[in-house]
Amino acid sequence: MSPVLEMKNIHKSFEIGTVNENHVLKGIDLTIHEGDFITIIGGNGAGKSTLMNSIAGSFPVDQGKISLEGKDITNEPTMKRAKYIGRVFQDPRMGTASRLTIEENMAVAWKRGKKRGFGIGVKDEQRHSFQEALKRLDLGLENRMKMEIGLLSGGQRQAVTLLMASLVTPKLLLLDEHTAALDPKTSQMVLDLTKKIVEEEKLTTLMITHNMEQAIQYGNRLIMLNEGNIVVDIAGEEKQHLTIPDLLELFHKNSGTILNEDALILS
Amino acid sequence: MDILLSSTSQGLLWSIMAIGVYLNFRILNITDLTAEGSFPLGAAITATLIVNGIPPWIATLAALVSGMLAGVISAVLHTKLKIPSLISGIITMTGLYSINLRIMGKANVNLLGESTLMRTVESLGIKSNLSTLVVGGIVTSLVILVLKAFYSTETGLAIRSTGDNPSMSEANGINTDKMEIISYMLCNGLIAMAGGLIAQDNGFADISSGIGTIVIALASIVIGEVIFRHLTFAKRLMTIVIGSVLYRLMLSLVLELNVDPQDLKVFSAILLTVALASPLVKLPNKGKRKTPQVKKKGATTI
Ligand SMILES: Nc1ncnc2c1ncn2[C@@H]1O[C@H](COP(=O)(O)OP(=O)(O)OP(=O)(O)O)[C@@H](O)[C@H]1O
Ligand SMILES: [Mg+2]
Repeated sequence: MSPVLEMKNIHKSFEIGTVNENHVLKGIDLTIHEGDFITIIGGNGAGKSTLMNSIAGSFPVDQGKISLEGKDITNEPTMKRAKYIGRVFQDPRMGTASRLTIEENMAVAWKRGKKRGFGIGVKDEQRHSFQEALKRLDLGLENRMKMEIGLLSGGQRQAVTLLMASLVTPKLLLLDEHTAALDPKTSQMVLDLTKKIVEEEKLTTLMITHNMEQAIQYGNRLIMLNEGNIVVDIAGEEKQHLTIPDLLELFHKNSGTILNEDALILS
Repeated sequence: MDILLSSTSQGLLWSIMAIGVYLNFRILNITDLTAEGSFPLGAAITATLIVNGIPPWIATLAALVSGMLAGVISAVLHTKLKIPSLISGIITMTGLYSINLRIMGKANVNLLGESTLMRTVESLGIKSNLSTLVVGGIVTSLVILVLKAFYSTETGLAIRSTGDNPSMSEANGINTDKMEIISYMLCNGLIAMAGGLIAQDNGFADISSGIGTIVIALASIVIGEVIFRHLTFAKRLMTIVIGSVLYRLMLSLVLELNVDPQDLKVFSAILLTVALASPLVKLPNKGKRKTPQVKKKGATTI
């Protein structure tokens, strides 16, 4: 069987031809297998979000090929790729439409990758399954489904976004520091929920984090980016026994630079 | 009493235009100036067809369709050619001026003595001073009912989420360009239909009748928003009707004070300024909308 996602020699620069030209991804090769839960770590500006955005199709890449289950998607726009990809952004406001109600937002996600016609937007049977899904969050949102989502707290919105991303089972779930904007307690709640959903639905997942401990604790595989290159990629047994000093050592060995540990752990 | 009746009747017709403007202005956060071209377009089409013996209701529907086409042009300029919405509206509006002149063949088409929707209603036994109220009431109610139903369909939700959050919408597989095109079509279709109805009520279509109409529409919307806050979609549309009637009422009162009708546009401009400056009203993102592209650092990262 072909891997879920395959990236071959991906290059991406921004503002080409200006003084600000910035070569962000420098030949990324990455193969993601079914059931992989990959944590991605790396310093500010290393290209983590750019990597994720190029998988989601937010912009065309300059060079290289991206295929999903063997199908070349390099030139497909975001809205086409949405059929296979669920996403949660860092900013809780990014993942939901604030003036739509909770149930309307979920109805939009329910139709991800499907044709939208002139049927009723929120149907009764959907309402029922949204309610069931919201109950799992244990935030009492199942009784407030007609509330504008913009009135929810960041953590609540992020939890709903996560539900929305998995409402139609994605082939790939992309999480870009989706807990970074939350307070520690809420952040832990959303992380626990992430783990629960990913495990129950066996979702193939990419999760960017700034927290080394999280990167080690979650997932079966860890990738470290530095200046647009993958410098660490470990999985399985080896990853399970990894410690933060090991990781710093690996990074140093592979990239030739010393990592400012605080920058990664504390943010 | 007379003033109240005439303001309500005209307010109903004008509210159709304001509702059209609302669809792009508040739902998509786009200020679409195509309005000032599609309004006289509707008037031109309706008047010309009626003068040529076409039944008024067909002429009115033709105005609706012509406005939708005008909307498609602005929408394509904006979404496909990436021209900023303000400019694409101005381009279409300017082009429409010549087209409207071509349609009418002259600057003014007279409808006196022709069969209009108002005459049709009168022929059914309605008193002539009530005919505009009846036509306006029926059309406005229909428009609100249809829009309420449409904006709660799957496509309607997709249009609303596109206006709210384009990147989230794309991430959910919504064709945001297509949604904007539909919104532009609805918006300008309604505006042109209002143009056609108002021409029938006035008894003439005029090439320059579009000037200042966007200000009138925005004033009606904002008056409704200042008076009634935080409402659901259908109720909001109703407040636009109220805003539109109140606007007409204020206009009539100003005229009662022996103000020269030529100076009315200054009044409209001042009224809109006062309403918008009121701290209760929030402008949508200062007229700009979020780019669907993932933005530079800061948008998706710390
Ligand atoms: N749309 C864009 N246009 C121009 N430059 C961009 C764009 N997106 C990212 N960049 C630049 O690319 C570089 C890498 O950014 P990216 O967001 O991928 O980093 P990151 O690894 O996610 O960092 P962080 O940990 O701060 O989120 C940065 O220098 C950033 O300024
Ligand atoms: Mg980032």
